[in-house]
Amino acid sequence: MLTPVVDDDGAPFWEYAARGELRIQACADCAELRFPPRPCCPHCRSFATEWRRVSGRGRIWSYVRPHPPLLPDYAEQAPYHVVLVELTDAPRIRLVGNLVSGPGARLDSVPAERIRIGARVQVVFTPTGLPQWLLERP
Amino acid sequence: MAVLKDATAIVGIGQTPFAKQLPESERALACRAILAALDDAGIAPDEVDALASYTMEETDEVEVAKALGLGDLTFFSKVGYGGGGSCATVAHLAAAIATGQATVGVAWRSRKRGSGPRPWKNTTVQLPTPAQWTRPYGLLRPADEIAMLARRHMHEYGTTRDHLFNVALACRNRANQNPAAIMYERPLTREMYMNSRWISEPLCLFDNCLETDGALACVVVSAERARDCRRTPVYVHSAAQGLPAQHHGMVNYWNDDPLTGPAWTAARHLWKHADLTPDDIDVAQIYDAFTALIPLSLEGYGFCARGEGGAFTEGGALETGGRLPLNTSGGGLSEAYVHGFNLINEGVRQLRGTSTAQVPDAATCLVTAGEGVPTSALLLRN
Ligand SMILES: [Zn+2]
Repeated sequence: MLTPVVDDDGAPFWEYAARGELRIQACADCAELRFPPRPCCPHCRSFATEWRRVSGRGRIWSYVRPHPPLLPDYAEQAPYHVVLVELTDAPRIRLVGNLVSGPGARLDSVPAERIRIGARVQVVFTPTGLPQWLLERP
Repeated sequence: MAVLKDATAIVGIGQTPFAKQLPESERALACRAILAALDDAGIAPDEVDALASYTMEETDEVEVAKALGLGDLTFFSKVGYGGGGSCATVAHLAAAIATGQATVGVAWRSRKRGSGPRPWKNTTVQLPTPAQWTRPYGLLRPADEIAMLARRHMHEYGTTRDHLFNVALACRNRANQNPAAIMYERPLTREMYMNSRWISEPLCLFDNCLETDGALACVVVSAERARDCRRTPVYVHSAAQGLPAQHHGMVNYWNDDPLTGPAWTAARHLWKHADLTPDDIDVAQIYDAFTALIPLSLEGYGFCARGEGGAFTEGGALETGGRLPLNTSGGGLSEAYVHGFNLINEGVRQLRGTSTAQVPDAATCLVTAGEGVPTSALLLRN
């Protein structure tokens, strides 16, 4: 499987994720959230940042079901679901992820008919610290 | 102040054959397409003093100038973001010529995509860091990235697979009229479309562009010089690039509104500097790496209101004789996928009156570059 190629701006996200915390970069001056992480606040141009913990609750904004040809590890689990989750605490922040039946489960572990735009989801983390999403009402 | 409007014209177009596999190198194909375009214009290679292409173009201007015996170059430019750069190559040349930095410009794209590597397949190369937010989850290919927007558009506005089929069919029908197209003499039916395999639901095989080897080029000169060339000049009436605020590559999921992509930004500038409105456009060549880009672009360029891009395709609107004949050489879906450069050359043929699917008396054409990525567009007129 592909693992995140972490840069300086994104490193805190992955460090928190490894501890089971979903945190989003925020401006330490004007408090606006931003994603993906970057060095400077696009609202006030401050370089002071903090990482704000969010509830990890969200709704599916959209989703796709990739079919092969895909990279081998992904082809083996295809068709699987990639969801775009809009965070309840921060509606403009959307995270790409997988909808699964439990932490670390296969990417195709939720039946296709269970997925719909608007469904409520909750974050979980794989043992390697990758955020994943569970349906609140499976 | 120098003005771009109608100050320059495209006076030559050239291309190689298109095929799944061509034996020659990208460099050789580039040279052939450029020589064909110069021959079409009746301009000698040593008169060329400006070049423009894509940052993804493997054959650089040094190689082209050396191989073709060009003269001294005083302007050269490369435009980023893959297919988003197509129209900007012409726009950069037009700006250079209109401001006196050069006199004869050539834009080109040469690509072996049919027989060459696909970037997402290479697992040995370290991914670009922005991909850390998408690729680990299996959002691997451009089709997956655009399918996410397509699904949302369907959910929010009732866009259907039949709407996407209308796009695929219009392109295929025009390719069936074009002997140079990969899909010449290969008709598409609704049954074929609906029964084809998925690539990334909701996008199926026929929602995706072709993998093609081939090269194209065009020649740009001043309007004054164009009057003495052997072909009817096709004027660059307006040109624009577009990179919206807070845009992010091909996954602009973090904007306030991901369904208003770069087309909207390019369109605002394009129409602002034009004497034309969308109602004045006779024929359109809209970037079609995926069918789902067409509804988004129809909305962005103002041919219909937000959310109506799917419904716009109904009733044969995109076919010959329809409200907006689309991609009349077959486009990326059915002629060739060469990062959209074939759309530029087809726009020129329409305004010369030499298309294989000629729109009667076509006098204006919109050509657009890749949507979803930082983009560009041209308004051409004769
Ligand atoms: Zn700030």
